[in-house]
Amino acid sequence: MKVLRAPFQVRGTIHPHYHKGVTAGRPIETLPPPTIVQVPMLQHLGAPSKPIVNKGDKVGVGQLIAEAGGPISASAHSPVSGTVRAITEGVAATGRPTLVIEIENDGLNTPASPLQPKPEWSSQEPSTLIGLVAAAGIVGMGGAGFPTHVKINPPPAKRIDTLIINGAECEPYLTADHRLMIERPEAIWEGIRILRHILRGPHIRLAIEDNKPDAIRAMEKVMASADDDVALVVLPTAYPMGAEKQLIAALLGREVPSGGLPSDVGALVENVATCAAVFEAVVQGHPLTRRVVTVTGSLVRRPANVLAPIGARFSDLIEFCGGLQETGGKLICGGPMMGVAQVDASTPVGKTVSGILALSRQDVAVYETHACIACGRCVRACPMSLLPCTISVAVEAGQFEETERLAVMDCIECGCCAYVCPAHRPMVQFMRQGKAQIQAIRRLKQQQNPPVPRSP
Amino acid sequence: MPPILAAIVVIGGAGVACALLLAIAARYLHVFEDPRVEAITNLLPGANCGGCGYAGCADYARAIVEKGAPVNLCRPCAAAALLEIARLMGVEAKPAEKMVAIVRCNGDAVRSRRAALYHGVADCVAADFTSGGGKICREGCLGYGNCARVCPVGAIVFTESLLAVVSPERCIGCGLCVKACPRHLIRLVPASHTIHLLCSNRERGLVTRKACSVGCIACQKCIKHVNGQGIHMEGYLAVVDYTVPLPESLLDVCPQHCFVRRGLPAPPPQPAAPSAP
Amino acid sequence: MTIPYSDDRPWILSPSPHVHEGSSVRGLMREVLIALVPAVAVAVFRNGLDAVRLIFVCVSVAVLGEAAARFAMRRTLSVQDLSAAVTGLLLALNLPPGLPSWMAALGSLVAVVIAKQVFGGLGYNIFNPALVGRVVLLISFPVAMTTWAPPDAVTTATPLAAWKTAWAAGAPPPAFADIYPLRDLFLGLRNGGLGSLGEVSEAALLLGGLYLLARRVIGWEIPFLFIGTVALLASLFYALDPARNLPPLTHLATGGLFLGAFFMATDYVTSPVTRPGQMLFAIGCGVITFIIRRFGGYPEGVSFAILIMNGAAPLLDRLTIPRPYGHRRRTSS
Repeated sequence: MKVLRAPFQVRGTIHPHYHKGVTAGRPIETLPPPTIVQVPMLQHLGAPSKPIVNKGDKVGVGQLIAEAGGPISASAHSPVSGTVRAITEGVAATGRPTLVIEIENDGLNTPASPLQPKPEWSSQEPSTLIGLVAAAGIVGMGGAGFPTHVKINPPPAKRIDTLIINGAECEPYLTADHRLMIERPEAIWEGIRILRHILRGPHIRLAIEDNKPDAIRAMEKVMASADDDVALVVLPTAYPMGAEKQLIAALLGREVPSGGLPSDVGALVENVATCAAVFEAVVQGHPLTRRVVTVTGSLVRRPANVLAPIGARFSDLIEFCGGLQETGGKLICGGPMMGVAQVDASTPVGKTVSGILALSRQDVAVYETHACIACGRCVRACPMSLLPCTISVAVEAGQFEETERLAVMDCIECGCCAYVCPAHRPMVQFMRQGKAQIQAIRRLKQQQNPPVPRSP
Repeated sequence: MPPILAAIVVIGGAGVACALLLAIAARYLHVFEDPRVEAITNLLPGANCGGCGYAGCADYARAIVEKGAPVNLCRPCAAAALLEIARLMGVEAKPAEKMVAIVRCNGDAVRSRRAALYHGVADCVAADFTSGGGKICREGCLGYGNCARVCPVGAIVFTESLLAVVSPERCIGCGLCVKACPRHLIRLVPASHTIHLLCSNRERGLVTRKACSVGCIACQKCIKHVNGQGIHMEGYLAVVDYTVPLPESLLDVCPQHCFVRRGLPAPPPQPAAPSAP
Repeated sequence: MTIPYSDDRPWILSPSPHVHEGSSVRGLMREVLIALVPAVAVAVFRNGLDAVRLIFVCVSVAVLGEAAARFAMRRTLSVQDLSAAVTGLLLALNLPPGLPSWMAALGSLVAVVIAKQVFGGLGYNIFNPALVGRVVLLISFPVAMTTWAPPDAVTTATPLAAWKTAWAAGAPPPAFADIYPLRDLFLGLRNGGLGSLGEVSEAALLLGGLYLLARRVIGWEIPFLFIGTVALLASLFYALDPARNLPPLTHLATGGLFLGAFFMATDYVTSPVTRPGQMLFAIGCGVITFIIRRFGGYPEGVSFAILIMNGAAPLLDRLTIPRPYGHRRRTSS
């Protein structure tokens, strides 16, 4: 096992205030399961899950309550035992309305065991293990939520030569992955080995930012006896080092082609929490029903890293952390750079919620539509080497074809441009507007010129 | 020759030479254009709104003459002008009834509350994308004015209390606002119908009432009042289908005051259409 | 009207990101004003009341003019971002100390109203407003704009003007190095103090420029490549023909080169956004400055060079679009 420093440079990047010291040293605490949980049907990328229970059904811990709604989708399981109270409209952490299954907790913790664990996974066929991962409802827990069983099953033409494990956690304030690496390194390591077996033996690169020396030591210790195919890579601390495309560039020096996937360059990226979830599913037979969430911010009385059941509401976690000092600031799901502002604290925790931030009004940035002063700071900061200032001016002027020429579709919406803009322009909103308009134009063109079928 | 005279001769001579060239070009390089194109361009309203689907009135006129486009695609066109265009092209045309736009929502910021302070680009598409702009009703008007900005005649006002209202007197029925609204609230309806139901929320009555004080709660009193003529239910929302004019008494029947009166008085009777030559 | 909310203290709903570095236009402009303090100090020290008068007139007319223009155009007030004050100060530092106040006021008005507000305000102007004001004054009142009279100078011609007149007459000026010793030129003392208010002391300007570099307000590309190009071309020509060319260090220590390179060419709005674009911009400024100084009719070329390159800035931006991550070429097909 080697320990390396990241061999390649990443373009752009910023160095925000991290504020991680508040929770980085606090061990994970388990939230007692609340009386009501609302399991969202859309907590991943792809089609929403389809409920398979009805009002009044009794369910056990880990019972399958919704199945995948399509080829790119995931199943969902109950985190508590109790009765299904309702299947109703709720809101996902991204702000979109979605169906939720509301379950009343009877406190008995009656288990249901839907999975057949395979502790002797090294003798199993990859397809069996992929089926297990799918049955456990595991999705990428770093934030995007791509269904893992689809990701680890790439088409045979795309050979994966490197499996990158994302322990970077580059967003400020968040320490969930950090604590997981310190407290459960063996689970993560075994999950990584399971994934390596499924992908038929690629190189392993575990990437951790250098602001987490204790996590680096913990993982190093557990991986010490691994062979030379495995390396722990120490990344320079910068935002957004942990973004998939930037990670691949820093570790392998390869660029994911525009519009393509990491598998196009032979790489696959998985978050450390996802690896731990794979371990729990394959070796212990537990489906994905809980995750670590960092609850922090200047308004939270007692910030902590909370192991919460899926479906617990933000208000449950905030109460567990001593409540808020006042309301009226900003309640964010995720980190301050890419997180989604919430309307209120009734949002349920989904599989991709890594943090709840309650920031006071003074800490929150206000963006206004001032003219662009062409200072060029956004150009220096953009990790995708775009021209954010020029794109935003084009969007304001309604020239959307121009934004397509300037590669707005490659924007990863990391927020670096808005963070540095002295004119406080809402840069990311302009990017999203540009992308939405271009997609609308493309759809219109497709409708007007449907592809002509070839003659037989 | 004094320099100033030389300058006058040279510049003047160049001007005369250019004029001669232009005259020759006008005669021998003339591009034949059907005179009907210009005539029809002048008959069309000239708002260049694009409602017909062509890039402006001149483009539509060219399409009528050269590509045989139907003559009645222009909704704002005056009835007399339409008949004249039809006569020029030798076809029959019946003037369509004047349509105006209506925003099917009456929930301004006072009646339909917001739960969060929206700070962002003042654009309806952007706000809708950002958790619905904080407005509790996810199907109502956001009031940031995307429709008002595309209206070519300035017929839409978005009030201070964040609601879009169409002024039927100014509306020419081009339909650009219909495409602009991200929540698809705007509909083109016959101008002669003046009673409208302004709600588009399909949630159950209890949920709607919490979100808005003038939202439809699906009590169906309106349908009973008109005996099902002109209004029908779509899920938990009553929808006017504009087949028959509705009575003014509906304004008092609805407990949530969803019905409003908006619109022009009835238009004068149409002149008879000419028969084909 | 105030929008009513369902909660007394509603949460703020806005798109990501939710934090900001803390920079602002006003903050950046404040740094520029601070960086100009050494140059202002030298100006006041050398020219006394004249300097105070001109600075006061230019800054106040600029600020009031911008406010009046925004009011007349029914736009929001913008003077709080301090950019009008900076324009006024930069214009004042570009004027000869003896200029009548009404001319300075006129220049300031042209700079702020015509070169900036008419285009749409900060961010929309194509040309550097202070330089536009200066050039308009130079062309309208050539005599007043080229009359220098500092208290302790023996001659009345700036080094560049003296050299150009003498050389046009056929020979380099006699005892040039005695009349304009390098140290005096660099510090702005005695005969080296001939020139506009702010341009004479390269030492003060360098101090301010280094401050801006340290505070990351400007990048190194534009000032160093601008000055470097002039130094390179001056060295080349001096090496080829020492009799008819000024030594390179003299070129650097006279005229508005330092003021232009550190404070005028680095103006964000009128220079390119990309780093390679800025480098080409600076080199272009240097080349044109040197050509005008050596071959042109005017003794000084910095103002014109920067204005010409301002016009080329959008083109330079288009030519230097970076290659986005994941693309093979610089612009997508």
